[in-house]
Parts: sequence; structure tokens; C-alpha cells
Amino acid sequence: MSTTSKARAQGLQLAPAKNYDWKELFFHLLFLASAMIGVASVTTIGWFVFQEGLPAFKEAGVLNLVFGREWLPPALYGILPMIMSTLISTAGAVIIGVPIAILTAVFLAELAPKWLANIVRPAVELLAGIPSVVYGFFGLIIIVPAIETIFNIPAGNTILAGIIVLAIMILPTVITISETSLRALPPVYKEGALALGASHIYTVFKVLIPAARSGIFTGVALGVARAIGETMAIIMVMGNAPAMPGSILEPARTLTANIAMEMSYATGIHSSALYSTGIVLLVFIVLLNASLLFLNRKRSY
Amino acid sequence: MKKVIGLLTAVGLMVSPLVQAGTVTVSGSTSVAHVMEVLAENYQNTANKNVEVQSTGSSAGIRAAKDGTSMIGMSSRNVKQSELNSDTKEIVIARDGIAAAVNNANSVTSLTQTQISKIYRGEINNWSEVGGESRPIVVVTRENGSGTRGAFEEIMKLQRTVNGHIVTAITPRAQVGNGNGMIKTIVANNPYAIGYISLGSVDSSLRAIDVDGIAATDDNIATGDYQIARPFIVLMDKDAPRNAQDFIDYILSEDGQGIVASEGYIRVK
Repeated sequence: MSTTSKARAQGLQLAPAKNYDWKELFFHLLFLASAMIGVASVTTIGWFVFQEGLPAFKEAGVLNLVFGREWLPPALYGILPMIMSTLISTAGAVIIGVPIAILTAVFLAELAPKWLANIVRPAVELLAGIPSVVYGFFGLIIIVPAIETIFNIPAGNTILAGIIVLAIMILPTVITISETSLRALPPVYKEGALALGASHIYTVFKVLIPAARSGIFTGVALGVARAIGETMAIIMVMGNAPAMPGSILEPARTLTANIAMEMSYATGIHSSALYSTGIVLLVFIVLLNASLLFLNRKRSY
Repeated sequence: MKKVIGLLTAVGLMVSPLVQAGTVTVSGSTSVAHVMEVLAENYQNTANKNVEVQSTGSSAGIRAAKDGTSMIGMSSRNVKQSELNSDTKEIVIARDGIAAAVNNANSVTSLTQTQISKIYRGEINNWSEVGGESRPIVVVTRENGSGTRGAFEEIMKLQRTVNGHIVTAITPRAQVGNGNGMIKTIVANNPYAIGYISLGSVDSSLRAIDVDGIAATDDNIATGDYQIARPFIVLMDKDAPRNAQDFIDYILSEDGQGIVASEGYIRVK
């Protein structure tokens, strides 16, 4: 036996390769399988929605469907009014909800005395657990009549009612994630700013919020996703008229409401058109997540 | 062990059609299925025979009865001659009225069919045009494809043709509610709203208006004076099995018609 082969034999003895660590392998596979469930679900749902929605795109034409202004099944399947109302209601909810949420997060993370934070935080977390049908009922009984009185219009089931309900619904998501990312900042940021003579409020707005922006963006994106996807509460307060809304004081129908309202009775191309509404919704969510990745490309705390 | 399971499955598969043969299969209109399920349950309790009810929509129900995929088909609209073959029997088991309803605070008590039709087309926009106070009309409708909406559009001639398809003529600005309950809530909370719901769902929270001067009552629908009504029809082949015929006889019996009435629909016998 030559010396080289002897050395090789010794090397083999040292390596544990012969004997698989089955426990290690099992957990590796378990983690992999868990991670794959999410991926598999989104792929299956995507494939299914495209499969079901494509006949409508073929029948009506992509442009007629996406830019059509009239929804008259079984003749016309234009979903532009619903795309517009989804965008308007979501944007409105973000404009109203996000500033309130960020200020609340700052209050909880920086300013609130402990006893008060211990009241506010559970209240906010409780808000996240309220089912959307309850939000819808609250909107129908409180917000809709209030809008009728304030704006003196015959029916309060309007985009504005939807915006207010959505703004409240996205609060817990944005608050919780923003607060967590504010708390995760290294204390030196705040200490440094204060040591340089900056006031507390100046520190909050010029140092802490910019430093935590990546987490805040994530919170906002999740909030937007919740607002785009919300269905039940919106059906109850927005009036669901499939016409192009002229102002936020008119009823309108969102993409999700369109699917939910007509799914139970639709057949053939009509049902397929509802799935293509789902495709458009899916595209929105993909665009949203892509823009989030773009905004967060330079990671900070 | 595997062999035993396999054998049991095979035996089960062979036996199950024999057991199933006693079952009466019913499919069709979602509105009729609602009362049919209650009838089936009571029939099972009294006669101890199985009835299977599927709600698939009127058109599918008519087709199922014609093809023989179901013993009995259900329809909540009038059946066209072209949809039937000569062997299919049509039996009306109940009638359902559709009430045009307004808020209790509304002073308008009566409208003509033409006025209601114009309101839903968006041609009349103010209550003052039909004898009420000068306030805009809030039009509330059901979602596309709903049986109640289909019947309402058909009776009130709220249909038009676009690209060779019959589509709704109801104004797209109308508020849409999914379900009788939703329409009721909107109309009950809005003094300027008008909606239409199944007559069985009308209660004190809103008020059914007279159409062409005739009140929406069970008696007026039974006599045919009140126009906004639809028949609940079952379709059956002439040579349908005995137990299907028995079930229909039960529906038309005193017990069956009592259930129809207690569910809020109008009896035919």
C-alpha cells in the first residue's frame, strides 16, 4: 500500500460521511417543506386564477376588459371603473391611515408613559382581531349616516365611507410594524442626536423615522395589501355600483367586491371574467411588492 | 388487510347504487332550493325517504330535468318552450311575489309599473316626479345573476340588447346589495331609497308599495292581480320514478303547502 492511499484512507476515517446524520437531514427537509408550502400555494393559486380567467381575456380582449368602462354581463366586461375605485379607496386609506399610524407608533415607542402605552398597545392589537364584517356593520350604522348628514347627500354608501373604514382597518398593521422597527434602532442614534443638542421632536422626525423607514415601508405595504384585498366591509359600505365614480361622494365597486358579489351566480364567460378581475388584483399586489423591494433596496435599520 | 379493504370498497361501490336508487334527486334554482330543502327535510322525517337537493340555478335545473341527470328540476322563472321536450311536465308548487319597498318615512305609497321601470332605468331621479317630496331617489338593486333580479328585470321590462346579448337596463349608478337582507338594511336606513325584495322578506322595518294601485299581498298574487310575481316551478319527466312523483304529491299536499306558506311564499292549493 502506497503512502498516498494510506493518507486517503485516514482522511476517510475522519470524515463522518459514511454515517448520515438522519436527524439533521430530517429537520433540513422539514424546514424546506414548510418553506415550500407558501411557494406552492401562491403558484397553485396563480395558475388556477390564470387558467380560469384566460377565457374571458380571449373572449373580450385584454384592452376591452382592462380599459372597458361598462360592466354588463354577458355582453360587456369592462373593469376600469372597479380598478379606479380600488386605487382611489386604497390611496385614500393610506393618506388618512398612515400618518395617524406612524404618529401612534412614535408615541408608543418614544413618548408615551408606560401606563398609557399599556392601554394604547392592547387596544391597537385588539383592533387587528376585529372581523371585517364587524367593521362593515360599524361603517353602515355610524359612518354612512354621518356622511349623509355632513355632506347632505341622499346616500352615504360612498367611496369616502370605504376610505374611512379601510383607514381604520390598516392602522394596527402599520402601527405594530412601525413601532417594532422604531424600537429596533440602536440607542446611539437617539443619544447622538440628543447629545448634539437636537430636541426630542427634531430627533424623532429627522433621525429616528428616516432610520426606521425600511420597517415603516414594510408596514405601509402590508397595510396597502390589506386595503386592496378587503372585501366584506367594503361591500357593506361602498354601494357597489359598477359605474365609473365621479367623485369620492359616489358609490363604487372595488375589484374584490366584484368577485365576491357575483361569484355565486355567475356561469361561463361571466364567471371567467370574475377570475380575470382576480388576475388584475394579483398584478396589483405583485407591482406593490416589487415597488417595496425597490424602495428598500438600500437596507437601513 | 389491503385485500379486505379493497373487497369492501368494491362491494360498497356495487351496493351504493342500490341504496341510492331510493333517493329523489332535485336540482335547479337557488331561490326554489331554499324552500325545497325544508320540504325535503320534512318529507324525510315523515315518509322516511331520501331527497337530495342541489342549488345550481334555474337554467341548469331545467337542463338537468330534460337530460334526466336529476329526477326533478327547479326553476324560479317561466320555462321557454324551446327548453323543454314533449315528455317534461311542468308543475307550479308555489308563487313568490317581489315587493318594491321604500323606507317607512317615505310618503309615496303607490307607483305604476312604468314609473318603477323608469326609476330603475335612471330616467326618474327625484321623488317629486312621482308625488313625493323633492329629494333624489336612491336606487338599490340586487347583484347581476341573482334570481330575484332576473325575475324583476323580466317582469318590469328592464332589459336591453347589447352585442346580441340580453343585458340589464338598470342604471349602473344604482347601489348594489347582495342578498335580501342587505337590500333591507339599506332601504330601512335610508329615507330616500327604493329596493326590491322577495315578498316573504318584507317586515315592519320597511314598506312595500302598491303597484298600479294593487297592494302586494298573498291574495292579490294568488289571483294574479299583483303583477311582480314569479312562479316556483318543478319539472319532471312523464316516466319519472314513482318516488319522485310521491315527493311532488307531498309538496302539493296540505302539509307541503303549509310549509310553503310558513317559509313566506304563496301556496298554490
